[in-house]
Amino acid sequence: MEDDNAVETTYLGAIREALLEEMRADETVFMLGEDIGIYGGAFKVTDGFLDEFGPDRVIDTPISEAAIVGAAIGAAHMGLKPVAEMQFIDFIAPAFDMIVNFAAKSRYRTGIGAGLVIRGPCGAGARSGPFHSQSVESYFANVPGLKMVAPARAFDAKGLLRAAIRDPDPVLFFEHKFLYRRIKEQLPTNEEVFVPLGKARTHREGSDLTIVTYGAMVYKSTDAAETISSEDGAEVEVIDLRTLRPLDTEAIVESVTRTGRLLIVHEAPRFGGFAGEITAQVCEEAFEWLDAPIRRVTAIDTPVPYAPTLEDYYLPGEDDIVAAARWLLAY
Amino acid sequence: MRALYRCLWLTRALEERLETIFKQGHVVGGLYRSLGQEATAVGCGYALAGGDWIAPSIRDLGALLARGLDPREVLRQYTARGSSLCAGKDNTNHFTVPELGILGPISPLGTQLCVLNGVALSFRTRREPRVCLTFQGEGASRTGTSHEGFAMAAALNLPIVVVIEHNRWAFGTPSTAVAAVEQWADVAGAYGVPAGTVDGNDVLQVYDAATQAIARARAGDGMTIIVAETYRMLGHAQHDAQKYVPEHELGEWLDHDPIRSFADYLLEFGFESESTLEDIRSEVALELDAATDEILAEGYPPAEEARSRVYGDSALDADVPWTRGPEPGYEGLTSGRPGSPASHRGGA
Repeated sequence: MEDDNAVETTYLGAIREALLEEMRADETVFMLGEDIGIYGGAFKVTDGFLDEFGPDRVIDTPISEAAIVGAAIGAAHMGLKPVAEMQFIDFIAPAFDMIVNFAAKSRYRTGIGAGLVIRGPCGAGARSGPFHSQSVESYFANVPGLKMVAPARAFDAKGLLRAAIRDPDPVLFFEHKFLYRRIKEQLPTNEEVFVPLGKARTHREGSDLTIVTYGAMVYKSTDAAETISSEDGAEVEVIDLRTLRPLDTEAIVESVTRTGRLLIVHEAPRFGGFAGEITAQVCEEAFEWLDAPIRRVTAIDTPVPYAPTLEDYYLPGEDDIVAAARWLLAY
Repeated sequence: MRALYRCLWLTRALEERLETIFKQGHVVGGLYRSLGQEATAVGCGYALAGGDWIAPSIRDLGALLARGLDPREVLRQYTARGSSLCAGKDNTNHFTVPELGILGPISPLGTQLCVLNGVALSFRTRREPRVCLTFQGEGASRTGTSHEGFAMAAALNLPIVVVIEHNRWAFGTPSTAVAAVEQWADVAGAYGVPAGTVDGNDVLQVYDAATQAIARARAGDGMTIIVAETYRMLGHAQHDAQKYVPEHELGEWLDHDPIRSFADYLLEFGFESESTLEDIRSEVALELDAATDEILAEGYPPAEEARSRVYGDSALDADVPWTRGPEPGYEGLTSGRPGSPASHRGGA
């Protein structure tokens, strides 16, 4: 649809817009977290929110991640829609008990749900060391009751955050900090940007190999696909999962049945990572369609290191993805 | 007074009934009792008004009964009935009953204060004069989560009362071995809130202290900590014979049994006659006989129910009634002395 008013919005700006629009539309939506009010958020996502919505709906908390998530659960029980910010997603660790034991199990145990969003910046590449760079999805992947979102585009960041806020279950919303200001897109203004949870999307079409990925790795995978296209003449399909749980197995399987080859790329460490689960599901659902083994390109099994040489070595690079893709295509 | 006595007695009798059916093999898993601590739970439960919320620890059964919980629900929980409040998916008192303002605990300790803070936050946000009250053993108050909960409640000036039940034992370890605190009310200093200490085995003292703290919270003056001095008269659970407990301690605290002390008080000052109290005890026994027969005839949930209710449906979750508080200007239903609060709970 033509949209003459479409404006260029950053990934961070899209998140900010989703929060603003949901808070304006629904007075039960509120935010709590560290430095989100007076300071406007460590990344300035909530700059100006305190002035617009007041201290009841933009709550500066103590440095107490467990208490932040706990309060979000209680408020959700009472029909409010809390959006809790983890200043860095690494700091979700102190709230682990509240998330996996209280929020995730609440509906199952008691019939009373906990519809809340826990959002925060994840991911490496910003030279931030072991405690400001992690990808934590696999810590939570084995916990029924949670949903997890990891957008790559500004459009999806906005649309999925809206969906997460309206969702009746606890949603962990992983914002890749490397994309915050690097990704800019024209977002429509003449329609509501809304992306339902649980649906993957095809970022790049191809018929020879499927790459399943999410977050910042969508871009490195696409760069690798372009290299393969121009240098090898093969076309790589890139599937952006967008939502990690519920996982859109159907979309993955559909692509694999066309390409016969699967490469999974993620930024989190390899052992016990999301790629393992995807591998198992494809083996169960589409083994007969595979023409090659499933391969993974992931971070190495170490903490995220600090020095640029170390961090670059740690992270999957475009060349790693190209090499794995070539190996698969030649198999 | 009669209602208070009945609730105290019901708490003990119900737990004894649970112990009986535990020994008969009907209870699934462990059984945790509050013997000797009933007055703290009951006194606090009675001090709350309709619309208020309470988060019990595992030894606060009396508070839930005081809030109007049907004893049959407790029997259903412990016997894992499909009809139980947790539909057989969780045990003990881990149920949340919004209609009664009950937020169930989970087993990792110190956590429910953090969640109850969110309930209190919703009251504050909606300008409702409703109050939350929760309990922690002094053992649970050592967790990091608990400290975070206290700090948040104090910082946000939430309408909340926390009762630290100093029952001397955390499972098999005396609190003196794992805490350097002597006067537990001192911990309030770290959070900048007032605290008081009461005889947790004196139901009237507990009720008075809770009433004052609740009124303070309702007035918008924030959190109060109440330390209830009491004693866990049995082991951590049925499997624990508490061989580590010095016998003289049990003897001393037995002389200070909360229910017998309250009965003595009622009789001494002529509030009730022995025959009235005896009638109450008989009535409770009959009620529990009937309840036990009824619940034992019910069954476990069908196996495939194990898969249900992991995720929700937003349509079903919309506009749940308990999220709407009392009308503006609501002042609470409870005031005055014990004896009056029973009336709005259907004459417990």
